[in-house]
Amino acid sequence: MKSVRGLKLTVSAAIMAAAATTATASDVEVLHWWTSGGEAAALNVLKEDLSGKGVGWQDMPVAGGGGEAAMTALRARVTAGNAPTAVQMLGFDIKDWANEGVLGNLNDVAAAEGWDDVVPAALQEFSKHDGNWIAAPVNVHSTNWVWINKSALDAAGGKAPETWEEMVSVMEAMKENGITPLAHGGQAWQDATLFDAVVLSMGNDFYKASMIDLDPEALGGEQMVEVFNRMATLRSMVDDNFSGRDWNLASAMVINGEAGMQMMGDWAKGEFLKAGLTAEEDFVCIRFPGTQGSVTFNSDQFVMFDIEEGGDAQQAMAASVMDPGFQSAFNVVKGSVPARTDVPNDDFGYCGKKGMADLAEAGSNGGLFGSMAHGHAAPAAVKNAVYDVVTAHFNGEFEAEEAAQELVNAVEAAM
Amino acid sequence: MSAPSQDNAVKGSIITRAIIYVVLILFVIYYLLPLYVMLVNSVKPLEEIRSGNMMEFPKVWTLEPWRAAWSYAQIGVEPSGLRPYFINSILMVVPAVLLSTILGALNGYVLTKWQFKGHGIVFGLLLLSCFIPFQIVLIPMARVLGFLGISGTIPGLVLVHLIYGIGFTTLFFRNYYAAFPTELVRAAQIDGAGFFQIFWRILLPSSAPIAVVTIIWQFTNVWNDFLFGASFSDFDSVPMTVALNNLVSSSTGVKEYNVHFAGAILAALPTLIVYIVSGRYFVRGLMAGAVKG
Amino acid sequence: MKDRLQEWVPRLVLAPSFLLVLLFVYGFILYTGYLSMTDSRMLPSYGFVGLENYQKLFALRHWNTALTNLAIFGILYILISSLLGLFLAILLDQKIRAEGLIRPIYLYPMALSFIVTGTAWKWFLDPGIGLENVMQQWGWENFEFNWIKDRDFAIYTVVLAAVWQSSGFVMAMFLAGLRGVDNEIIKAAQIDGASGFRIYRKIIIPMMRPVFLSAFVVLAHLAIKAYDLVIALTGGGPGRATELPATFMYSYTFTRNQMGIGASSAIIMLIMIFSIIVPYLYSELKSGEQK
Repeated sequence: MKSVRGLKLTVSAAIMAAAATTATASDVEVLHWWTSGGEAAALNVLKEDLSGKGVGWQDMPVAGGGGEAAMTALRARVTAGNAPTAVQMLGFDIKDWANEGVLGNLNDVAAAEGWDDVVPAALQEFSKHDGNWIAAPVNVHSTNWVWINKSALDAAGGKAPETWEEMVSVMEAMKENGITPLAHGGQAWQDATLFDAVVLSMGNDFYKASMIDLDPEALGGEQMVEVFNRMATLRSMVDDNFSGRDWNLASAMVINGEAGMQMMGDWAKGEFLKAGLTAEEDFVCIRFPGTQGSVTFNSDQFVMFDIEEGGDAQQAMAASVMDPGFQSAFNVVKGSVPARTDVPNDDFGYCGKKGMADLAEAGSNGGLFGSMAHGHAAPAAVKNAVYDVVTAHFNGEFEAEEAAQELVNAVEAAM
Repeated sequence: MSAPSQDNAVKGSIITRAIIYVVLILFVIYYLLPLYVMLVNSVKPLEEIRSGNMMEFPKVWTLEPWRAAWSYAQIGVEPSGLRPYFINSILMVVPAVLLSTILGALNGYVLTKWQFKGHGIVFGLLLLSCFIPFQIVLIPMARVLGFLGISGTIPGLVLVHLIYGIGFTTLFFRNYYAAFPTELVRAAQIDGAGFFQIFWRILLPSSAPIAVVTIIWQFTNVWNDFLFGASFSDFDSVPMTVALNNLVSSSTGVKEYNVHFAGAILAALPTLIVYIVSGRYFVRGLMAGAVKG
Repeated sequence: MKDRLQEWVPRLVLAPSFLLVLLFVYGFILYTGYLSMTDSRMLPSYGFVGLENYQKLFALRHWNTALTNLAIFGILYILISSLLGLFLAILLDQKIRAEGLIRPIYLYPMALSFIVTGTAWKWFLDPGIGLENVMQQWGWENFEFNWIKDRDFAIYTVVLAAVWQSSGFVMAMFLAGLRGVDNEIIKAAQIDGASGFRIYRKIIIPMMRPVFLSAFVVLAHLAIKAYDLVIALTGGGPGRATELPATFMYSYTFTRNQMGIGASSAIIMLIMIFSIIVPYLYSELKSGEQK
């Protein structure tokens, strides 16, 4: 069946152009979890674009748990032999599905449009399987951001911290000024987001060895103990009610000056902008001190399933997703940056431009890594095992040494 | 039954009665609090929720969240509100509830009036099926639905809810019919009435109370189900709870709590109405036998 | 011939339900039992690994937390809901004027899905914006209620919200039971000079035995399936302190891609459920038949 598809697709480069003008009968059913106002509206851009190509959009959103509910639904759908055409997916989920041999192939459209040259290698790691394109990346979220309330920062010395020590002293100063230094939500994935940034601040090599290669020496070593010590320091900067708080409520604390800063991926930017704040004037966006020039990312991609009919529509959709215009329009709204490196940054705000520059820099100097907290460093089982230890330590169940040892055990047990 | 056995009442002093009323009212507050929180925050602008006290009355009243939740909030790419999903839920709930109720009634009838060797074991197995955790049925059920060619359709969802509702509906009807005089059934049998005739003419006419209980129970469960709805539906058969979940639990987007609360109340309205309207019959139905072991 | 047919009709009527349940409940349980001994990860696969998943399962700290929590939650929830339901039913049975108004108020939480009432509860229990904050604003400066943030107490807030949801339903069941009690018995007792309290304790409550059974079935069913509630209220936190077997099973099967371990946890849970429920149902149904 694949060979038939392949045959059909060899001419698709030519057909793509035709498809743009002549209406095809096929539709795409898209499983995704972008359901809230801004992101859903952004996705609508894609829908409109496809309808211009004569491809209908059948919407199948399942929100919840950062895509967990959608992935559960997907399993039921695939088991039933009723896979959707295209599915929003993250990191290792893509690899897992690729290994099941149920995904389609986008090589032709990728070759025709030269994706190999414009998508960073770290992303291609997920978009390609056995050398074949299986997914079209939509965006790159980077997770090692710190969002600081400008007036709180000014009151605490005014200089954005560049090292861990400066960071601690700024937070100490904020504490003395009577505000909560760090707004944080005590949910496992948020704890792990802090953890990611702290690990990365110990150096690119250490992040790679511990989070990507899962080297037991690194996972249980002295540097990891230091990471947990720093996590404990961060824990002491958090208010008493942090547990269970949604990330956006933590953002709200920074926005209204109740708290000094938040460490969160770039989707938090939307909260600040929506509250009417301006970058550099009302809030400051910096990389977690010690991680300048490096980026931990997660990337939403549209994965195409191997289905009997609708291959043309899949190709058309993939082409639309990778269209520079869409990448710009979508990511401006979403807060992330384009997955393509050649998209002009004109429409992006201050932090968005900075994010694009950082991504390019990290991509060129080997500092671009998949985020552990967001499922781009290791498979789901390992990710959750890391969550378990990090969140237990953050909630005071372990000492630093103990936590490092537990981390080794938990990761080993999950492999 | 309209004049219940009020004679159980403890004959007490005015003080006792005052205490009873105070306790009852305290519990009214306990039960109403979350609804109050939802209601009061569903008519506030979002800024007020972010900055203010969640128990306070709104400073600015607005019905915009309700309008948004119903007709123009973003559910997926479509700014459609919850409205279009209502019909899917209705199409799913009505047949699922009716079919499982009918099957439950017939099962209860057989298990009490036409007992055969091993009827106890059959009932036990049906009853125990109430306790199966739904997570484990997801994958094998998906395969079966795919095999039957009804995956992602409303009939598929109906089948799933029917199967996992049989245990409870049978339990309710069995307990009800157990209290029904078997002599009547025997007499009709001697007169030559058949299996279905007896059911139709003798048992069914007096089954209204238990039918109400069963329907309420099934309606609530099926209407509020999320797991099956999310896993076994297609883009064109998504039920209300899945849409509601899409409205409220976006992961990286702005959370509009006022719209969420309005949506939640809207989504729950059918069950709320069923409860309030039939509450009186509900107790009567339970009384008529559902609670008799 | 006709008698023959009459004998078979009832079984034929029952057969579809029985077969559906046999296949879709017990068949799936067997299938899960098999999965629990395979190396299934994201999707079912059939490499046999024996009892390895069970060994892994019992080595996991969270599983033990989940079991402990189920014990605490299950016992407290079923006990409190039953007793509160009975208590409120007795109060409501005292010729209460506004019964028609109060009853639906006690009953309505059962109609709501926890997808969102969970949020309302979460806010209400949150010390920063909820009850504690409000009480302090109203002048009780020392009022403290931060259980939901406390690892050792968070599970009790889950009980609190769960009781809120279903105790009214149980109340309705008991109320119906109370209304079904034969007046003559009460009158006789009153003539004998028994006090109201004694009548309830000695006569009426023992007669509620079948109601306790039905309430138990309904509550046990809800306790086992308490998934939405935990997810909405605490997300299993603080840390993993409010993990229940239902959330554990879901996360291992579907989010951690360790379906084998998820299946083994389901089997352990089913064994536990059945070992508690089967003897109870058996003795209750047996004594019911003897009457």
